[in-house]
Amino acid sequence: MPDDKPLTPERVLDAYRTVLRARALDDRRFVLNRAGKLAFIISPRGHEVAQVAAIAALQPGRDRFCLYYRNFAAALACGFTAGELMLAAFARAADPSSGGRQTPGNFGSRRRGIVIGSSTVGPQIPKAAGIGLALKWKGEGALCYVSFGEGATSQGDFHEGLNFASIHHCPVIFFCENNHWAISVPQALQVAGPGVAERAAGYGIPGVRVRGDDFFAVHAAVAEAARRARSGSGPTLIEAEVLRLQSHSTDDDQRAYRDPAELAAEATRDPIPRMRDALMERGWLTAEADQTMRDDVNREVEKATVLAETAPDPEPGSLGRHVYADA
Amino acid sequence: MPERTLVQAVRDALYEEMERDDRVCVLGQDVGLKGGVFKATEGLQQRFGAQRVLDMPLAESSIAAVAQGLALEGFLPVAEMQFADYSYPAFNQIVNEIAKVRYRSNGDFSCPLVIRAPTGGGVRGALYHSQSPEAFYCHVPGLKVVLPSTPADAKGLLKAAIRDPDPVIFLEPKKLYRAERQEVAQGDAALLPLGDATVVRRGADLTAVTYGYMRAVTSQAAAKLSPDGIEVEIIDLRTLRPWDVETCVRSIEKTGRVAVIYEANRTGGFGAEIAAELAERCFASLDAPVSRIASPDVPAMPFSPALEHAFMLNPDKVADGLRRVARY
Repeated sequence: MPDDKPLTPERVLDAYRTVLRARALDDRRFVLNRAGKLAFIISPRGHEVAQVAAIAALQPGRDRFCLYYRNFAAALACGFTAGELMLAAFARAADPSSGGRQTPGNFGSRRRGIVIGSSTVGPQIPKAAGIGLALKWKGEGALCYVSFGEGATSQGDFHEGLNFASIHHCPVIFFCENNHWAISVPQALQVAGPGVAERAAGYGIPGVRVRGDDFFAVHAAVAEAARRARSGSGPTLIEAEVLRLQSHSTDDDQRAYRDPAELAAEATRDPIPRMRDALMERGWLTAEADQTMRDDVNREVEKATVLAETAPDPEPGSLGRHVYADA
Repeated sequence: MPERTLVQAVRDALYEEMERDDRVCVLGQDVGLKGGVFKATEGLQQRFGAQRVLDMPLAESSIAAVAQGLALEGFLPVAEMQFADYSYPAFNQIVNEIAKVRYRSNGDFSCPLVIRAPTGGGVRGALYHSQSPEAFYCHVPGLKVVLPSTPADAKGLLKAAIRDPDPVIFLEPKKLYRAERQEVAQGDAALLPLGDATVVRRGADLTAVTYGYMRAVTSQAAAKLSPDGIEVEIIDLRTLRPWDVETCVRSIEKTGRVAVIYEANRTGGFGAEIAAELAERCFASLDAPVSRIASPDVPAMPFSPALEHAFMLNPDKVADGLRRVARY
C-alpha cells in the first residue's frame, strides 16, 4: 500500500536506535532497582528487535496500538520518550500513561493512538477486535495492532477476539511475542500443537511464524498484515519467536526453574548484536556510528533518570480523581 | 402519551436514542432480526441496519470487549447480555477493563457505554435465568448501576444512561417486562437523571427502601399493613450507584424506622450496603434496628414452582418483616 512507507536505511537505523534506547533504559532500570529506587520491573530484554520491527511497519499517529506489559521497546517505537517511560517507572505525576497509577508497563496515550492497557492477561485481544470494527466503520484505512505473549493465547479472550475480528474482517494485526515461558510455565504446558500461528487456520486467516530476532523478517510479516488490513482483507495472526533474556519480572528468578545450560545458550543469542551485524553487512552502519548511537541513548537515559528522579509525585488529594467524568 | 410496557419502553428508548445520535449502536446475541429474546430490540435492525444493530457471537466477554472498543473510538454502544446471570464471563472486561479505563489512564480515555441485562426471578427461570447480581457491579467504582421498576423510569433512565459519559450497567427486572402498561413520555421529555430516588408511597411510621420488582411487592405489603394502622413510606432507589442517600435519610428522620427490601441473596447483597450506610447516617433518628428483608442464602432460584415460591419474597413475607420493624 502506498500509505505504508518503504523501509529505507534511515528508517532502519532509526529503528535500531530505538532498540538501543530500549536496552539502555532497561539496563538503567535494573541499576535503579538494585539501588532500591524502583519497585518493580518487567523487562523487554530479548523482545526489543521484534517489537520495534513490527511498529516500524505501521503508522503511529494513525493506527491504534493495544500493547501489553512487556512492550517497552514498542512503546518507544510508538513515540514515547525515554523520559516519559522513566517517569512511569518512578510512578510520578507526569507519567503520561496513568499519572503514576499503574505499574510501568501499562502504556496509554490518546494522541498517539496507544490504547490504555491493564495488567490482566489477554483482555486487549477482543478489545482490539472492537476497535478494529470501529476503524472499519470509519473507513479511514487505519488498523489496530494488538500484542501479547504466548501465555495470553490460552485465555478465552484470545479465541473470542480472533473469532470476532475474523468474522467481520476487521483491520487488526494480532502479534504474539512467543518467548516460550509464561512466568515458569513452558510452552509445552501452555500451547497444544506446534505453536500459536497454526491457530489462525481455524479462523480462516493467515498465520505467520517469524524469527523475532530478524528485523527484516518481522517487518515484512507485519507490513504484509498491514496491507491486508488496510485493503479490507481482515486480520492476520503473527507469532514472533523471541527469547526472554530476563526473568518474568523483578519478583521472579528464572534460574529457579530453567535449565542453566539453556539460559547460558540463550544469553549468546541476544537479538541486538544480530541486528547490528545485519546492518553492518549491508554497509548501513559502522562500528563507530554504532558506538555514537549507544553513547547518545545512554545520555538520553541519563537525562531521563535525572528528570524522573526529581519529578514530583502525584498529589495525595488526586487519589479520587477520574473515577467518573465529573470528579 | 402512548401506553407502554417496561420492555416496550426499553425498546423505545433505544429507538429514540439511535434516531437522535448516529453514534448509538446496539450489540448482543439475537438482538438483530429476532429482536432479542425478550423483544427489547424488536424492529431496530430493520430500521437501523445490521451494522448499528449487530448480532454477536455467543461469547459475553467479547460482547463487552467489542462494546468497549467501539466506545473508545467514539461510538455509543448499548450491549445486551441475554440474562444478567450470563454477564459473569464478561466480568473481567467489565470490572478490570471498562470500569477502570478513565481512572487508570488518569482521565486520558473514557468508556461511555451501556450494558443492559434482564435481571431477577419469579418467571420460572430457575438457577441461571433468575439471578440478581447487582451487588457485584455496585461494588465497582467507575461503574454506574441502574435498576428501574416502571416503564417510564426504564425509558427515562436508559436514555440518560446512553447519554452518560461513564459506563452504566442497566438491569431490567424481567418479571416486570410486561407486568403493567403506563403512559410514557417521548423524546427529551422522557429523560430522568441518574441517581434520583422516588418516593412512591407516603407514610409516617416506617421507611421501606427498595428497588426493582420488590417495589411492587413492597407496595402490596404496605397495603396489607395500612388496616393495622402502620403507614409505610416506600422509596424506589431506581439508580443503585450512585444511590440517593439523602432522600432515604430525610424519610428516616421522619419515621425513625427503616427496612431495606431486595430480591438478591441476603448476605452481601446491595441492600446490606444500604442498611449499613443508613445505620451510620441515621443512628440518632432510629427507634428500631435497620432491617433487611431479602432472599435466602441458597445459591439461586430453583425451577420447581414450590421451591421458587419458597425462595421469592412476596407481599406476605415483606409485610411480616415490615411489621416486625414497626412494632420493635
